[in-house]
Amino acid sequence: MVPLSYIAVATPEAAIRRTAEGQGAEYIAGGTDMIQLLQEGIVAPLELVDINGIAFDDVSVAIDGIRIGAMARLSDVADDPVIRERVPVVSRALYESASPQVRNMATVGGNLLQRTRCLYFRDATTPCNKRVPGSGCSALDGQNRVNAILGGSDHCIAAYPGDLAVALVAVDAELMVTGPTGERTILVENLHQLPGDTPHIETVLKPGDLITAIWIPLAAAGRRSHYLKVRDRTTFEWSLASAAVSLGLHDDVILDARVAVGGVGTKPWRLRHVEDMLVNQRLDQALARAAGECSADGAEPRGQNAFKVTLLRRTVERALLQIGGLA
Amino acid sequence: MNAPLTPSVGQPVSRVDGPLKVTGHARYAAEFDIPDMLHAALVLSTVPNGTIAAIDDEAARRAPGVHAVITHENAPRLPYRRMSQRPQVDAQSGDQLQVFQGPKIHFNGQPVAVVVAETLEQATHAASLVNVAYEEDEAFTRFELDRGQRPSSGNEKAGRPAETQMGDADAAFAAAPVKVDATYIQPREHHNAIEPHATIALWDGDFLTLYDKTQWVDNDRKEIAHVFGIHEDAIRVVSPFVGGAFGSALRTWPHVTVAALAAKVVRRPVRVELTRRELYTSVGFRPHTEQRVALGAERDGTLTAIIQEAWTQISDYEEYAEVTLDPARNTYACPNVRTRYRLVEMNTNSPCPMRGPGVATGLLAHETAMDELAVALGMDPIALRLKNYAEKDQHKDLPWSSKELRECYRIGAERFGWAGRNPEPRSMRADGQLVGYGMATAAYPAHRSKASAEATLFSNGTALIRTAASDMGPGTYTSMTQVAADALGLPLEAVRFELGDTDMPFAPVHGGSITLASVGTAVEAACRALLDDLSHVIGADLSGPFAGLSADDLEWRDGGAVRRGGGEMVPFEKLLRELKLDKIVGHGTSAPGQESKTYSSCAFGAVFAEVRVDPDLGTVRVHRVIGAYDIGRVVNPKTAHSQCIGGMVGAIGMALLEQAEWDERFGRVMNSNLAEYLVPVCADIRELDAFFVESEDRIFNPLGVKGVAELGICGVAPAIGNAVYHATGRRIRDFPILPDKLL
Repeated sequence: MVPLSYIAVATPEAAIRRTAEGQGAEYIAGGTDMIQLLQEGIVAPLELVDINGIAFDDVSVAIDGIRIGAMARLSDVADDPVIRERVPVVSRALYESASPQVRNMATVGGNLLQRTRCLYFRDATTPCNKRVPGSGCSALDGQNRVNAILGGSDHCIAAYPGDLAVALVAVDAELMVTGPTGERTILVENLHQLPGDTPHIETVLKPGDLITAIWIPLAAAGRRSHYLKVRDRTTFEWSLASAAVSLGLHDDVILDARVAVGGVGTKPWRLRHVEDMLVNQRLDQALARAAGECSADGAEPRGQNAFKVTLLRRTVERALLQIGGLA
Repeated sequence: MNAPLTPSVGQPVSRVDGPLKVTGHARYAAEFDIPDMLHAALVLSTVPNGTIAAIDDEAARRAPGVHAVITHENAPRLPYRRMSQRPQVDAQSGDQLQVFQGPKIHFNGQPVAVVVAETLEQATHAASLVNVAYEEDEAFTRFELDRGQRPSSGNEKAGRPAETQMGDADAAFAAAPVKVDATYIQPREHHNAIEPHATIALWDGDFLTLYDKTQWVDNDRKEIAHVFGIHEDAIRVVSPFVGGAFGSALRTWPHVTVAALAAKVVRRPVRVELTRRELYTSVGFRPHTEQRVALGAERDGTLTAIIQEAWTQISDYEEYAEVTLDPARNTYACPNVRTRYRLVEMNTNSPCPMRGPGVATGLLAHETAMDELAVALGMDPIALRLKNYAEKDQHKDLPWSSKELRECYRIGAERFGWAGRNPEPRSMRADGQLVGYGMATAAYPAHRSKASAEATLFSNGTALIRTAASDMGPGTYTSMTQVAADALGLPLEAVRFELGDTDMPFAPVHGGSITLASVGTAVEAACRALLDDLSHVIGADLSGPFAGLSADDLEWRDGGAVRRGGGEMVPFEKLLRELKLDKIVGHGTSAPGQESKTYSSCAFGAVFAEVRVDPDLGTVRVHRVIGAYDIGRVVNPKTAHSQCIGGMVGAIGMALLEQAEWDERFGRVMNSNLAEYLVPVCADIRELDAFFVESEDRIFNPLGVKGVAELGICGVAPAIGNAVYHATGRRIRDFPILPDKLL
């Protein structure tokens, strides 16, 4: 770990000033990923700006949506009665994340920005374009069982590991971001970028940007939703494949659909073609099967992760069956 | 005031060191607070084979807080004297890795430098500034069966023969009407004990004190004495608590030498604590092993041929070999048995024993193959095993000193509800999941070694027992306290047991499940010696209550002495006080005798597992595991039960989760952390239970115990794999059974 300085701030303005002006300053909130990254020598900021003192940590309901403060802890949001009732896909995705101890520390804002679990990104002795641009991608022909089958490039196939972002995509969530140039909103779906030939650039956030809240429109909160996560062990593991499904249903007919998947893409992956084939259809076993079948279209498996093609199809099918009470 | 005591042996006594552990007062190696202590951080090689071309440590030397950067260029030369007899925990041929003695690189992750600084953070940072250039050589990082070599004579003599043949197994196999023949893979697995290995080294002149995580303080001292060419008397090793080890702390690893070397160079105490990643290359692991098992049988299930061949990985500098093929040779009766054992040299650190070493691996293949044979025969798996029940150790041609395995099968099947199993695969379902029942035999040889102990009875009526043993978690502190309390006729609270210090009477390695049979008998002997001595003294005290009596006339119970046949109990306090003695001391040793040559001793078990498999997603969850065990006399049913279900947890990892993800290009384990190297978490554990059948092995040792630890992990993984087959109809021979393999 490279020596670094530390400062705690109490306001977004102070936080932004510090990271926008200072060279090499990074935010730390729950720290559940940042500490790992520091200890492994994967990141080496000169300064850590502790934003835990910023009190954006409540869940509130407005006339047109639900607002989750970015500093809210995963466990608090998962337990929140409004979240549980209105957007169960979000609550479920959070319960399926990490362990109780980690959920008590980690913030929802920080969780969206957690870094990949690609084995080569996490081991600083091996080439990795995401860690050291231009050094090469070791995962392409290496131990890539956990890597992405969707959205990869010749430079990077690191999977986005999180659950919450996948669930938020399925409920049309937006992020409220404050930065050096003022406030703006970003659709969660647009937060992460494809690796292309710049896998070290992961999101559209700029230096100094601070996520202050997550906004879930009430229209999305009215849909029925569900999150299914598949992994090797029962808990405390990132997904091999996951599916976040949110459906507007009327008498078993799907009026509106969102399907996003995790563990398989280089970013939280929305399956628009699957959504399109669901809309105006009656949710039954055949439809779930058909939707599952095409959910891995365009997948580019690379060796050990080939199983994810089949797993993804079955995960989407199962999630649809479960949401329809058919499983 | 002294109510009659019930014997403590056999009671489910809670851990006597439990309060210390749960309140944080048990002190582990890294936690000793030594004045003026400095911290060390290692620099590890990043190539698998070659030589160090250059080391640039300028920046590291100039970094804040740094006292020394030690590399092969400036390290004192160490004599690394050869030991006249290798301890059984070391590899039986080759040379141990020598630290900072030359530029040769044997594996990726080899220590090439150590930085010593005021704080751990300073040391770690400075270590990251050391630049090492390598001249790389072609590395052997692929596990290739073709490169398998015979074990050297040292290993052959130590019971790891290259070939064994009884009868003519190949001919019998060719002629067998029913046969199975398949290959099984068990990947490299890591111990991942929760306590990282750590050593604090402190020189006082020429005297070295080591606070170390070790399962064997006496050997630690001996090894370091040989490395540094100093006398054992000039070294003390202290290790009162070990936070899990599973075999990783049996031998003395290079980082112990690094600590002692660094402390000598900087003339200050130095602490080395390995990071989780460093543990993957700085201590050993269960080696990747591939096995072919071919079984031939008559149509009634009688085994006619057993062929088992194993290839296992070793490092290129020493040869660690296992008894992988013992289960093939002695688990079942069969007239024709052939085994072959081969070692594949690779650029890796050396493997080492990991819980149930060799045996758990051999049984994984053997017991899976037995299940496949049962399927081929259309026979119940238990019936097949009973049909071929080994009435003796056919490999050694010796009778068992005790064997209650039939009872294990019976009780295990009954408690599990085996009778409710529909033998047809994919025939049972619950909650939308496929249900599978599987079983396997467990066995682990029982050994004992020479051991000693010292017992002291004080005039306040309490006793102190000391021996240089270890307690890595099984409950040595507790079981020894029980044995001593009963031997002295004292209540548990009056007995204190201490271990883990070379200043104490010698003890054998705390491994191979030998501790209770070895050290327990020595503790009992020490207590007897003490009481014999005391009986002489009180018999000779003509004014005392037992004047003229000898040991045979006395009983020791309820905290004092009683004349055999009746009479008043005289408390120890009173006896010693009247004799004007502060204390009385007894020394005891114990060792195996002729019985080790005339009998074969072994602990046995029958393990039953129920799994639930998702028919579409391939996820496997272990619904329950039930084991019935013959471990001889059970000194403490509570800690023995814990050991068994702990072994089951380890085996759930072995069956379903654990594997080092090895990258052949780098010769490196890529998932070397607890986030990506998966072990079971609490949510993976549902119902686990262990039962002990009536057993007592007084032939094997006077306590009648056989040992538990290794046995607990044996047979469980194949039982789970067999249950997965029963649930799905899919036979997975390449462990662990991940969802990928069942899609």
